[in-house]
Amino acid sequence: MKKFLYAFAFVFIFSTFFTGLALAQSNVVTDDEVNAIAHKLYCPVCQNTPLDVCPTDACHDWREQIRGMIAEGKTEDEILQYFVDQFGDRVLSAPPVSTKFNWIIYILPPIIILAGAIILFRSLREWTTPKTIEAGLGADGSESSASQDDYVARLEEELKKQK
Amino acid sequence: MIPEFGFGIAILSFLVAIYSIVAAIYGATKKSPSMVESARRGMLLTFPLLTLSAAVLIYLLVNNHFEVAFVYDVTSRSMPTYLKVTAWWGGQAGSLLFWSWLLSAFASAVTLRKWDRDVEFLPWVVVICSVTLVFFLGMVVFYENPFTRYWLVNGNVEPHMFQPALATLFTPGDGNGLNPLLRHPGMIIHPPMLYLGFVSYVIPYAFAMAALITGRTDDRWIRLTRRWSLWAWLFLSAGLVLGGRWAYDVLGWGGYWGWDPVEIAAFMPWLTGTAFLHSVMIQEKRGLLKHWNMVLVIMTYELVIFGTFLTRSGVLSSVHAFANSPIGPLFMGYVSATLIGSIALVIYRWPTLRGETEMKSMLSREALFLLNNLLFISVLVICFVGVIFPLVSELLTGQKVTVGPPFYERATAPIFASLMFLMGVAPLSAWGNSTVKTLGRAMWKSAVLAGIVTVALFFTFTRNYIALAGFFLVALVLSVTLQEFWRGVRARQRAQNESFFTSLVRLMGRNRRRYGGYIIHISMMLMAIGILGIELFQTETQGTLAAGESTKIAEYNLVFKDVASWDNNDLEVNFTRATIQVYKGDQYIIDLHPRKDMYFSGQPMSIPGVYSNLQDDLYILLVDWQPISSTAATFKIFVNPLVNWLWLGSVLFLLGIIFTAWPDRDPAEETSRRSVTRNANQPSAAD
Repeated sequence: MKKFLYAFAFVFIFSTFFTGLALAQSNVVTDDEVNAIAHKLYCPVCQNTPLDVCPTDACHDWREQIRGMIAEGKTEDEILQYFVDQFGDRVLSAPPVSTKFNWIIYILPPIIILAGAIILFRSLREWTTPKTIEAGLGADGSESSASQDDYVARLEEELKKQK
Repeated sequence: MIPEFGFGIAILSFLVAIYSIVAAIYGATKKSPSMVESARRGMLLTFPLLTLSAAVLIYLLVNNHFEVAFVYDVTSRSMPTYLKVTAWWGGQAGSLLFWSWLLSAFASAVTLRKWDRDVEFLPWVVVICSVTLVFFLGMVVFYENPFTRYWLVNGNVEPHMFQPALATLFTPGDGNGLNPLLRHPGMIIHPPMLYLGFVSYVIPYAFAMAALITGRTDDRWIRLTRRWSLWAWLFLSAGLVLGGRWAYDVLGWGGYWGWDPVEIAAFMPWLTGTAFLHSVMIQEKRGLLKHWNMVLVIMTYELVIFGTFLTRSGVLSSVHAFANSPIGPLFMGYVSATLIGSIALVIYRWPTLRGETEMKSMLSREALFLLNNLLFISVLVICFVGVIFPLVSELLTGQKVTVGPPFYERATAPIFASLMFLMGVAPLSAWGNSTVKTLGRAMWKSAVLAGIVTVALFFTFTRNYIALAGFFLVALVLSVTLQEFWRGVRARQRAQNESFFTSLVRLMGRNRRRYGGYIIHISMMLMAIGILGIELFQTETQGTLAAGESTKIAEYNLVFKDVASWDNNDLEVNFTRATIQVYKGDQYIIDLHPRKDMYFSGQPMSIPGVYSNLQDDLYILLVDWQPISSTAATFKIFVNPLVNWLWLGSVLFLLGIIFTAWPDRDPAEETSRRSVTRNANQPSAAD
């Protein structure tokens, strides 16, 4: 089994490698390398379109620019930074945390969700607490007492967590 | 004359809708049944009126009346008639009229029902529907008039509804034509589906408000609108699914969902609508959560209006577009006013909305449903903040930012995973009371089975731990859900002595909502398989091939044969079509023809060549080619593993909703809460 897997991985890696080679022939920098970076950028003109799929001529030129920069030996970060300097933060796929204002988008949803969760669990506790004694008045006596024990244990746990 | 007629009819229906509001309020407050009846008839009258107005617009569209600005914008002589008709909702002005027409149709349908013991709701349902209708029709009449024509005034072409002094009518020779991207069948059905979904959510909202206003806040309004909200959910879901398929077929980026604000605008009411579908069950079975259900219906309604606003006001391209058109501020004003009004009503009726029973356990089904609601609302919060943030940022800091897929994917993935886990647990929990012990006993087999599946996948398919977690959850939910079917059938068989299939059919027929829900859960898991496949295992490569040259991706060998280019003057498009032979190993499979259509208007469109099977999609896009020699071309090639499970799941999903929402033979079907409470301690198959 393992041998088979290794063989598979070997073939897979080599096939992708040669695919790259075959497709690269004419260029030093492959389209795949360009797209890998372009995918992280958003078209500065069109709304919400990643640069690697944008069909406009402008984006075509920007991709060629990326190709040139890769050929010059620039790193991915340098290229991304270049586009940010040129066109602003909007070329990035998410607001960068470099400005304080942008923190809002990362902090606000968790705060709201957490608040919702707290409200929910408080209401649940409020609704369930007075019922502890009557809980499990089912037909099956042993079942209900067991469930009640469970239930009390869980409540205790909840309370501990709260503190 | 004809455009004036259409416009006049639109104004008339606007006035009739205003009359209905006044008459209904008067009739309800002065206890005058004849006034209420008059208001109801007014509501009914808007439908034929708007149908007539729409018929005029369609007449203009079909007969190339390019002197009408809207007709000029969305049609051209070369378009086939059916596309000219569907161009009705291809532009802003027409789609607002379409919205109004659908709303009046639905409102009429609902006012036609027998009101008998719910007659006190009637005037208020008419009021709410009419207010919404007046808002949309007001925009058609005052701001986005589809009947506006072009006039030559002092040598300039200007759009006006009525002839300005000394002006002559200006008729362009041909229209702009519908954006070719919108000519795909998916795009023709997709907007009406979304609108249907949007509009049908007005009805539950209207009933909820009627319940609050009249003070009849028991669950009657929920029972009355249960089917409406299911159909609304069906349309909205179908709209979303078709939109995804359209993106996959036409947009040429190998994906189905790009977390684009326009998509999210339609997704947000779907989220609250889904939460609502679950939480109404708690109110029906246990008499709890009445406040919350009100809030959910209100949110859904507001998100519907807000979604229409987002897609229609141009605010997404720039906050400043918002200020340039009166549409934006009007929408904001309307959303704020209705939101404040509705919430005020909920607060006013707060004491009467108290729960009738208590919750017994944090693991009971109602508690788990609440958790489900929390998760859906969490996704909503992320979506809402993500859509709003760029606007706020541009407004306050002047800095434009993008909130793209990576943000949403990272934020929502854990929530979706939790939702899947809940889908595995909740069906096994009981109304009223469940414990870790009862749940564990019901679940352990499924959990073990899912574990085995995961281990098998680990050794044969992938070591990506996210994928493994995903597949574990899929297996768990599938196993739990199928086991529910199995248990139900076995129970019936023991009692009835039926064959397996008879049992299954009868079981499902008798409990359509329960088993329809399970079918939908199963379909969600199929979709999850597809989404995990394409999101985590998609491979892509791009490169230039000379004729006769071949390339390899995954297990496919691709040989590029040729590329040809020709004009089609009727359709005003230049086609460029490549031929690629696909081999799996040495085995020839199929010829694929990725295509690039360049419309004379300058709009490009990439039609992928796709080879589909259950294992994956080979998806080839023609990116570029040498115009002179035509012997080399650049392709972008995707292998999208398992993606067809997404489409299969989508079909099953819609079928599942139809199964659930299909009208009963006996519409007076009522579930008795008492019988449920009595059995609340057993995870019964009969609720």
